[in-house]
Amino acid sequence: MEKMVNIYIAGKQYTVPDGLTIMNAMEYAGYKHIRGCGCRAGFCGACATIYRIKGDTELKFCLACQTKVQENMYIASLPFFPTQKKTYDIGETKPSQTVMMELYPEIYSCIGCNACTKACPQGLPVMQYIAYAQRGEYAKCAEVSFDCIACGMCSARCPAGITHPMVSLLARRLYGKYIAPESGHLDKRVDEILNGDYDALIMELSEKPADELREMYNHREIEK
Amino acid sequence: MAAFEIKEEAGVFTQEMLDSIKKVEATRPSRIGAELRRMSAEEKEDVLKRFHPDYREDGFSVLEAGPNKGEKVPSELADLLQGKSRVLDKKPDLGAPDYDTDVLIIGGGGAGASAAIESVNGGARTMIVTKLRIGDANTMMAEGGIQAADKPNDSPLIHYLDALGGGHFYNKPELLRKLVMEAPEAIQWLNGLGVMFDKDADGTMITTHGGGTSRKRMHACADYSGAEIMRVLRDEVINRGIEIVDFTAAIELILDDKGQCAGAVLRNMETGEIRTARAKAVIIATGGAGRLHYQGFPTSNHYGATADGLILGYRAGAKLLYADTIQYHPTGVAYPAQMLGALVTEKVRSCGAQLVNVDGVAFMNPLETRDVTAASIIRECKERGKGVPTPIGSAIWLDTPMIDEIGGKGTIEKRIPGMLRMYSKFGMDMRKTPILIYPTLHYQNGGLDVTDRSMTNIPGLFVAGEAAGGVHGRNRLMGNSLLDVIVFGRNAGKFASAYVPEVSLGAPTLSHVDRYQEELDRAGVVSKVESPLLLPSYTHGNPRFADTVKWGHADL
Repeated sequence: MEKMVNIYIAGKQYTVPDGLTIMNAMEYAGYKHIRGCGCRAGFCGACATIYRIKGDTELKFCLACQTKVQENMYIASLPFFPTQKKTYDIGETKPSQTVMMELYPEIYSCIGCNACTKACPQGLPVMQYIAYAQRGEYAKCAEVSFDCIACGMCSARCPAGITHPMVSLLARRLYGKYIAPESGHLDKRVDEILNGDYDALIMELSEKPADELREMYNHREIEK
Repeated sequence: MAAFEIKEEAGVFTQEMLDSIKKVEATRPSRIGAELRRMSAEEKEDVLKRFHPDYREDGFSVLEAGPNKGEKVPSELADLLQGKSRVLDKKPDLGAPDYDTDVLIIGGGGAGASAAIESVNGGARTMIVTKLRIGDANTMMAEGGIQAADKPNDSPLIHYLDALGGGHFYNKPELLRKLVMEAPEAIQWLNGLGVMFDKDADGTMITTHGGGTSRKRMHACADYSGAEIMRVLRDEVINRGIEIVDFTAAIELILDDKGQCAGAVLRNMETGEIRTARAKAVIIATGGAGRLHYQGFPTSNHYGATADGLILGYRAGAKLLYADTIQYHPTGVAYPAQMLGALVTEKVRSCGAQLVNVDGVAFMNPLETRDVTAASIIRECKERGKGVPTPIGSAIWLDTPMIDEIGGKGTIEKRIPGMLRMYSKFGMDMRKTPILIYPTLHYQNGGLDVTDRSMTNIPGLFVAGEAAGGVHGRNRLMGNSLLDVIVFGRNAGKFASAYVPEVSLGAPTLSHVDRYQEELDRAGVVSKVESPLLLPSYTHGNPRFADTVKWGHADL
């Protein structure tokens, strides 16, 4: 007989096998997810979950698909949180010192409580990347925030109403478009293709007889 | 960044696993730098025939109705293709559509988002419906990278040949030409939207091999490649003010009395409310089918990957191509059970990790094509008995500690942080101990048949991304799927928006639904299930639900 544990889904008690993830335990209990379930592999941020172990004062934050159930776990799903996303034209938005002040001025109201960092299931230094954004250090903000999955639990905990994932997304897009070094080899190849340099060659290749293509494939040189 | 610290849990490995790890460690020094032999064409053929799940006849059924009548498809898919329409008994009023648009895009993944951006660029009114949230898609989970021949030693011709051979020469040439010729521009487009590709200090893209590539052309964004691309595309769609109707599934296509596609019937996933959308063109971008768990395999796919678009298209008369070819990714998580089937990106092998059996022997070159690698892993476990026992079945080691030994300390943390994090949550440190893998249901190689304008045989019905078939032949290479969703998502958006001014819609109808049902009736097919499925059902072995979930019950 497998070991069972008691959990509380939105306050209601269920007995489920030990070792299941929170997501699977909810399904075992009879739920069919519509919200609060996405990639089931830790990449999409759909299954943000807050829990508390009975008798413990500390709230914990996790992804339901990546966290095992524990005895006396009180579980609250957070499938949606009203975050604020500003719209902008990335072609017109430059990585200037002032862009954050214009789009996300609330980041300057950060009181330094670090609740965002404590809430991050990815273990990112969220408050630190907000500080980089405040200072216009977009390269650093982009690097440190890169593994953000936009689950939004940081925003749910923020007393200043900051929408951290949207701030870092803007920083990353500014970095990718304007700050990261340009790739000369890529632009050159695109120009060659648009110039028609490969048009005749690709037609000729694709129209070769099947046997010849097979020969070419089986004897092609493979880069070490 | 501070070194990523992992608290390794005692007792995560069984004694048998620990004994085997010792053997893996013992052979590791001699395996580093050793060149592993590639298989001959004959050897590949043999292992595929004997061990690839596509060759298991009992996993397939022959269709008895519709455009592909007489052809075989996975049995679970056949049940849905020959399922009962969700509007058969109660047809909605098509006279007063709730939404009226030019281009209706079904699906909010990479292909749908790319299509939406180009459709708007083309001047069409554009709307996305998606049964979950925008970005809830396999694109978000693509870890390894995206191919494009943009290095001096590479060319679209070499890319073409790699993908053609990988696809066993079944790829549609007009689609494959487009894929490889537009690949560099796709990267440039994403880069221009602000996607953070891995680059050297001088801007040179960091590229690696994938299984079956002859040049290092795999571009990546750490191992969040698809996530990074998807979140930028989602942001761009929102920035452009494109209407997104989320938690709303398309449950049937609407045609007009001239046989043109004219919209879709929609269902609110939470309230069940039925609505209708009128559109001059529809783009199906619904992705794959992993959640149908063909042959009982676990899957790396998103929760919503239930082949809905294939069902809608087929019932309306669109043809399928290569729907009998499925990609099993060689390296799905086999242990711990909580992550069963989750993807371990091919990039782990690109970065140097070898496939090693219970005795510590690297039994194959880890960068053969996916189908050959998956079949060889199954052979190693089933025929040769050299798998590592786990509670669910036998599995193979992926020797991850090699990566830091080859690339230097910190390589794993920098190049595959997502994998490192995933295992760390279950008390495992892949930098120190190898990981256990087994093939997982990963990709639908085939799909709805389209022209190089992404249109099906139904005027006004376009398909892009994994839901379309032909570009990858009968086996897709790593990194050609992210490329596919970008190139053909954009392609569908461009051609759909260009098609809109040419079309004049007739009276809307759902008569095709009745016609198809009549064909099923005549063939004596009794539908086992309503389709499209929309979402799978899981109960994880709870005996109380054993009788209530009759279909889509995919406990493994």
